Amino acid sequence: MSTTPSVTTAAQKDSSQVRQKEMIARHFDRLAAAPDSGARCAYTFVPGNLTELLLSFDVLPVLPEINALQSAMRGKTAEYIAAAEKLGHSEDVCTYVKSDIGMMKSGNIGPTGQRLPTPDLLLLSYTGCFTFMKWFELLREDYHCPVAMLHVPYQADGRITDNMRTYVVDQLKNVVIPKLEEVTGRKYDEDRLRAHLARSAQAEDDLVWVLQSAKNVPSPIDAYFGAVYYVGPIFSAFRGTADAVDYYRELRAEIAERIRQGKGPVTPDGEVERERFRIVVEGPPNWTSFRQFWKMFSDEGAVAVASTYSKVGGVYDLGFRHDPDHPLETLAEYCLGCYTNLSLPTRIDLLTRYLSEYRADGFLINSVKSCNSFSAGQLHILREVEARSGRPGGFIESDLVDPRYFSAANIKNRLESYFQMLDQKRAGAAS
Amino acid sequence: MGFLPIYVPRELLHAQGVLPVGLMGGRPDLEIIKGDAYYQSYICHLPRSTIELGLNGSYDALDGLIFPAICDVIRNLSGMWQMLFPKVLVHYLDVPQNFDPAIGGAFYRRDLESLSQALAARGARPLTADALRQSIALYNENRRLVRELYALRRREPWKVPTHELYVVLRAALVVPVEESTPMFADYLALTSADRSRRPQDQARVLVTGSFCEQPPLALIKTLERAGCYIVDDDFVQVHRFIRSDIPVDGDPLQSIVNALLTDAVASPTRYIADEVKGADLNQRATDSGAEGVLFCAPSFCDPALLDQPMAVRAVERTAIPWTAFKYAENNGQFQVIREQAGTFADSIKLWSGA
Repeated sequence: MSTTPSVTTAAQKDSSQVRQKEMIARHFDRLAAAPDSGARCAYTFVPGNLTELLLSFDVLPVLPEINALQSAMRGKTAEYIAAAEKLGHSEDVCTYVKSDIGMMKSGNIGPTGQRLPTPDLLLLSYTGCFTFMKWFELLREDYHCPVAMLHVPYQADGRITDNMRTYVVDQLKNVVIPKLEEVTGRKYDEDRLRAHLARSAQAEDDLVWVLQSAKNVPSPIDAYFGAVYYVGPIFSAFRGTADAVDYYRELRAEIAERIRQGKGPVTPDGEVERERFRIVVEGPPNWTSFRQFWKMFSDEGAVAVASTYSKVGGVYDLGFRHDPDHPLETLAEYCLGCYTNLSLPTRIDLLTRYLSEYRADGFLINSVKSCNSFSAGQLHILREVEARSGRPGGFIESDLVDPRYFSAANIKNRLESYFQMLDQKRAGAAS
Repeated sequence: MGFLPIYVPRELLHAQGVLPVGLMGGRPDLEIIKGDAYYQSYICHLPRSTIELGLNGSYDALDGLIFPAICDVIRNLSGMWQMLFPKVLVHYLDVPQNFDPAIGGAFYRRDLESLSQALAARGARPLTADALRQSIALYNENRRLVRELYALRRREPWKVPTHELYVVLRAALVVPVEESTPMFADYLALTSADRSRRPQDQARVLVTGSFCEQPPLALIKTLERAGCYIVDDDFVQVHRFIRSDIPVDGDPLQSIVNALLTDAVASPTRYIADEVKGADLNQRATDSGAEGVLFCAPSFCDPALLDQPMAVRAVERTAIPWTAFKYAENNGQFQVIREQAGTFADSIKLWSGA
């Protein structure tokens, strides 16, 4: 069992986490200074982000999804969502969108307490989520700035076709790059892009090593809650930077040391000292009660050994790496390969594979109300993965950033029942 | 070949000897037994009834389904269909959001070619340019008659009650174009000639947001009984998704591609690039002489509900009054909507001239 101090105590942090915090702080400092420094910034999304391309133009990325989840962790989203709903946004739609709009209408103060710059460009990478398109149509009405639309086709048949790849590359060449040239007044520099892509691949190697370290028993990491921190730099503003390369090298060394010592994951409330359950998790976390949610797992000795949420910004563990020798083609492949752009059968295959490769006891689906891209079909996923793997699945419901949809007692009850069931199953198998 | 909302190029299917069958979920009286087990409470109703009808054998006559790219729910349903019905053809029609003929157009054309090849592999006739031209001509006539019906309803809405027109449009989804065209023509002739239908003191409204999951017929009747003439709408939009005739000369497949790129309605499911959001809706309101706009979207419909604040702002720029409510295809109680629509219609009649 974990050490279980009160959830109000200060969270424990590894040195890589401290480094990441410093990287983020520097990034937000640059963003806050952008109106004075003249730095250009683009708002864009995590899945299918084109960070290397933006960096090659010296454009600073702003990720509204990350802002929303950070706002949730700071307890701000209830008021932001209320502000958006008051403006006519439906209670039925994505709360990331409403949180972002509420934040904008409340002064656009970002997670570090600094004002975010207004965008010079909305880079609408429409990858794996229909809502993205509407989100930036909505923002465009307020920001009145240019939009570069990149439509990424869906892998409906479980593969990337030449037609899809060509379509995305054509848009990069003829829509996205010209728009970046127009906004920045700079010419596209493919050598700079290649250099960023090479650094991305380095960091991706280390990230995959870290995620796959969960194959150890006990797992040295939590690949759902903990992985949120691990994927942070590579899913956001830092992929392709020297900072990201250094961060992942340090993280890898930390995890290697944990494996050597036979240690379990670090949680905000201490270390998981005895791994009782190895779980694969599908779906995004709840952010409003993130720490409480994690504690419901760690108190039971439940460790996530693999998750799909940690693949929304790239399914690197299936082998993809950014390839500096084919810069635009590799960006296209990246966008096409993000987790929510995969067909339901492919997602089921992946979950089943994780259960086996990570020697998991079972899998849990956290179904979030906000995200139809993830959630529509998850009950089918539940049945199929159970049938194929023979391992029990659990199903809980919450939301991304709307605290009204996080019912702690309900979720805790469900989780406890699920873990009890795993225990009984194990006992039955042993007898 | 079944297809889900909103739009597929039916001409292509027809030219290969395939009957396009429009599927729009279930009727209110369809008991959902299995379908609900596939979806959480916060997901719209159409996929539940679609699964139900698939599992209860109602779609057994279909050789496959086409899932147009309109939202994440329909998108994911395509994967479920692949697994639940592995013997039928499942095609996800990834309609482009880039409208440059050389980029999005090229992508869409190749997608249509792959659909055509998949149909041929299952026994459909190979696609020929001549057959496609003939099919385009047939559907042009079909669409022309629908446009005429809509024009007549705009001029004399009492002659074309929407609850009647709607049934005709739905019926046309499941019969060959060779039958639906005369059906439209007959209805147009009969209702035009019907002198017993007299104008009433009703408010002219445009109903928008109902392009995928359809409202129950009783809801449409409720709006009419509450004092509304529906003079434009998004119902069964496949008949009007392409606004004008598709050229029959030249390369017919390219003509179908170009029609989507340049002549499709500004649906919330399409990215509006350079135009002003809501301009199309306002134009429709003007063209139809609408005195009010009813935002009538299905619960949990992302495209409609995410679009709605922008559409509302656009309508407010014109000073046309509006109101909004939601429904599900299986709603059975309409009293609240009746009161809301009735009050709205009354306010238009009382105050619109003020």
